[in-house]
Amino acid sequence: MFPYIAGRLFESIIVLLVLSFAVYGLIGLMPGDPIDLMIQGDPKLTPADAKRLKALHGLDQPILDRYLAWLGNAMQGDFGYSRNHSKPAIDVIAGGIGNTVLLLGISLILSLAIAVPVGVYAALRPYSKTDYIVNLACFAGISMPPFWLALLLIILFAVVLKWLPAGGMETVGDGSFLDRLHHLVLPVITLTIASVGDFTRFIRASMLQTLRYDFIRTARAKGLSMTRVVTGHALRNALLPLVTIVGLSFGRLFSGALITETMFAWHGMGKMIYDAILGNDYNLALIGLLFATGLTLIGNFLADAGYVWLDPRVSLAGREQQQ
Amino acid sequence: MRRIGLALIFLLGVTFPAAAKDTLVIGISQFPRNFNPNIESMLAKSYVLAMARRQLTVYDADWKLVCLLCTVLPSYENGRAVNELTADGKPGIAVTYTIHPDAVWGDGVPITTKDVQFTVEAGQNRKSGFGNSELYKRITKVEAKDDKTFTLHVNKRTCDYAGIADLGLLPAHIERPNFADPAEYRHRSAYETDTTNPGLWYGPYRVSKVVAGSYIALEQNPKWWGKKPAFKRIIVKAIENTAALTANLLSGDIDYIAGELGLTVDQALAFQKRHGDTFDFTYKPGLIYEHIDLNLDNPVFADVRVRRALLHAMDRDAINQQLFQGHQPVAHGQTNPLDEVYEPEISKYAYDPKRAKELLAAAGWSQMRKGVRHNAKGERLQLELMTTAGNKSRELIQQVLQSQLRQVGVDLRIRNEPARVFFGDTVSYRKFRDMAMFAWISAPRNIPRTTLHSDQIPSADNGWSGQNYTGFKNPEIDTVIEDMETVCGEKENLALWSRLQRIYSEALPVLPLYFRANAYIVPKWLKGIVPTGHQFSSALWIENWHAEQ
Repeated sequence: MFPYIAGRLFESIIVLLVLSFAVYGLIGLMPGDPIDLMIQGDPKLTPADAKRLKALHGLDQPILDRYLAWLGNAMQGDFGYSRNHSKPAIDVIAGGIGNTVLLLGISLILSLAIAVPVGVYAALRPYSKTDYIVNLACFAGISMPPFWLALLLIILFAVVLKWLPAGGMETVGDGSFLDRLHHLVLPVITLTIASVGDFTRFIRASMLQTLRYDFIRTARAKGLSMTRVVTGHALRNALLPLVTIVGLSFGRLFSGALITETMFAWHGMGKMIYDAILGNDYNLALIGLLFATGLTLIGNFLADAGYVWLDPRVSLAGREQQQ
Repeated sequence: MRRIGLALIFLLGVTFPAAAKDTLVIGISQFPRNFNPNIESMLAKSYVLAMARRQLTVYDADWKLVCLLCTVLPSYENGRAVNELTADGKPGIAVTYTIHPDAVWGDGVPITTKDVQFTVEAGQNRKSGFGNSELYKRITKVEAKDDKTFTLHVNKRTCDYAGIADLGLLPAHIERPNFADPAEYRHRSAYETDTTNPGLWYGPYRVSKVVAGSYIALEQNPKWWGKKPAFKRIIVKAIENTAALTANLLSGDIDYIAGELGLTVDQALAFQKRHGDTFDFTYKPGLIYEHIDLNLDNPVFADVRVRRALLHAMDRDAINQQLFQGHQPVAHGQTNPLDEVYEPEISKYAYDPKRAKELLAAAGWSQMRKGVRHNAKGERLQLELMTTAGNKSRELIQQVLQSQLRQVGVDLRIRNEPARVFFGDTVSYRKFRDMAMFAWISAPRNIPRTTLHSDQIPSADNGWSGQNYTGFKNPEIDTVIEDMETVCGEKENLALWSRLQRIYSEALPVLPLYFRANAYIVPKWLKGIVPTGHQFSSALWIENWHAEQ
C-alpha cells in the first residue's frame, strides 16, 4: 500500500509542477498584464507610471524568470500576494476553500443520496412509466444551463415566494449557522439538479447491466428476496463504476460551482479562480488551479481506494505492480 | 421522512426580517480589489470610499470644482495661488489649502498637515506602488503653515492647479509604520490588513465589516464633522451577474442599484418596462464618450471626405431613440455639452445618406459593383469594425451601422474580440485595421492630450505608450493642447477649448457616437441621490440620502 501511495504522490507532484508551468505560461500569453488592465481603469496613468509599476511588480522580467522566481518562493511556502484581493494568495484561497467545499460537498452528498435510490428504482423497472419519468427528469437536469436554473430558482423562491435569500452567504448582522444554511439552500439545489441527472443515469445503466449477470440469477435462484439481491449483491457491483465517475467529477463540479457562485454571489474558489485568471492575478490563479487539481487528484485516489473497499479482488499493490 | 419534511419546511419557511429603513443596501456589480485610496484607481473602490472619505477637492453634480475637505479653493484672486519659479527657473505655482478645522480621522485624531506631508512623501516614493503619481511628481515641496494650512509648491504651472482630488490623504499616525519598507507598503497598508480600523476613515460612514467578494458594511462615523447621515448603516453588496442583481432588487435583498456600477441603459430599459411602477428611474448622461477610432494610417481614411461621409451615413439619432429611448445623447465631438467648455458652434454631421454618397464619390469611391463602392484601382470599399465581444449594446450598434453603411455602398465587416484581447492587444498596439469602437472616460475640462497629441501615438519606439490610437497628427492641435495647459485666463482658455473642438469636428480623427448614460434604479422611498455624470460618484454626498415614507 505504501509504495502505491508514494508513487501516486510522486505522480501528483509532477502533474502539479507541469500544470503550474502551463498555467503561468498561459496567463502570461494572454494579452495585457495587470498594469495594462490598470491603465484601462485609469486613463490618467502615464507611461512613466506604467513603466514604474511594471518594474515594481516584476512584470518587466521574462515570463520564465518570473515563473522560476515564483516557484522558488512557493517551495519556501511563499505563494505571493493576490493582486485582486491585496492579501497573501494563500489567505485568499483559504477563505474560499471552505465555502466551495461546503457547497460542493453538500451538493455531492445530496446528488448521490438522490441518484442512487432513484437510479436503482428505475433500473428495477426498466422501460416502465416510472423509468421514463426518471429519464425525462434526468435529461431535463442535465440539459438545463446552471445559470438559467439559478435565475429561475431566485425568481421563484426569492422574488415571488420570498422564502429564501436571492444571494450572498449570510444576512448582514446575523451570520448564524441557521442563517448560513438558509443562504445555502438555493446554490445547493442548483448544483444538485445540475449533477444528479448524470449520476442517476449512470447508476441506472450500471444497475441494469449488473442485474443481467449470472450471479444475480444464482442469488435469485437460491431464493433470496429481491431487496436482499439488490442491496447485498447488485448494488455493490453497480456502484463500482460510479466511484470512478464521482472521483472524476470533482473538476466538473468546480466549473459548475463557478456559475453557481457567480449567480448567488457566493464567495468560493470557483469564482475566485475565474476572476484571478481574467484579472491577471497570477499568484491567486496558480494556487487556486493547483488546489483544484490537487482536489481532483485526491478525488481520484479516493476513488481507487473506494474500489478496493467495494471489490476485494482489486488490490492497489497489484495495480502498482502492473504499472 | 417526516422529520426531513419538517426540516425542509423550517428551512424554507423561516424568513428573515427585511432590512429596516435605517439600513440601506446598495447593489453594485463589482467588488473592490483593495481599499487603499492611492493603490490603483477602480470604480467600485471609488464608490465605496466616497462614503468613508472626503477628498480635498472634487467636481460636484453641477460639474463645478468644489472643496470637500478644504475650506476654500485656491485662486489668484484670493491669494492662495501664487506664480513662482522652480529651482531651475521654470514656471511653477504655489497653492495653499486649509483643511476643514473640525476634520478628524474616525479614531478622533485630527487630520493635519502632517498627514498631507506623509501622503506626498509616500506618493513620491517610486516603490510605494501608488497608481497615478503625476501629482506627486509635480509637487516639489509641502510647506506646513500650521496644523491645518499647507502650501504645495508645484513645478508645472497648469490651469487646473486648484484641483487635487488625486491626493488621497493617508493617516500618518497609522500608515507611517507600515511605510517603513516602501516596497512592501502596498501589502502592509492598514487599508488592506486592518480595513475596519476607524482611524482610516473620515467620511460620514466608516467601514465596519468586509466579507471579501460579497459585501462591505459601513456604519455611521461618530467623529464625522459634517451633516449627520440619515441611514445608520450602509451595506454595499457586490453581485456581478446583472440578472441576479435585478432579481435581488425585486426580492428586496438590495434596496437600490447604483447607477455608477449597475445596469447598462438597455438593461435598465428592459427592467423598467416590467417594473416601471415600483422604482424611480434616472438616466444621467455623462463623460463616457462612445466613439469609433479610425486607423488613420489606413489610406482609405487619409481623405477626410471619407471620414465625413461615414458619419453622414450613420443615423445616430435613430440609434439613440430605438436602442436607448433617447437616453444616450448623440455626441458631435469628444467634449460633453454639459461641460462648461463645450463649444456648440462646431461642424455637425446629421444623417444624410445622399451627402455621404456624394462625398464618397468625390473621394474616388464612385463605381458601384453589386451594391459596394470601388475606386479607380478596382479596390472594394470594405471596412472592418471591431469592438468588445459580448457587449450587447455595442454589438447591436454594429449591426445597425452595418446596415446603414451598406445603403451608401460601404461593406462593413464586423470582427469582435473579448475585451481583454481587444484592449490589451488590438487597440493598445494599434492592430485594428480600420475601425475600433470603444469608450473614453474623462473628467470635466479634461485636456485630451493623451488621445490627441501627436507625441501620444503608441509605437515600438515609445514602448507603445500613449492613447492616440488613431495616429492623429495635427500640429495645430498639438499647439492648442499645450496652450490649454498653461493659458489660464478664463476667456483665453475657453477660446482654446473652442478651437480644439472646431478642429476636431472638421478633421474627424474619430467618429463620435454618443455619450453613455448611467441608469439609476431607485426605490420610490429613497430620496436625495443626485447623479453627477462624471467620475466623482453621487455617494460623495451620501449624507443627503434619506428614506421618505
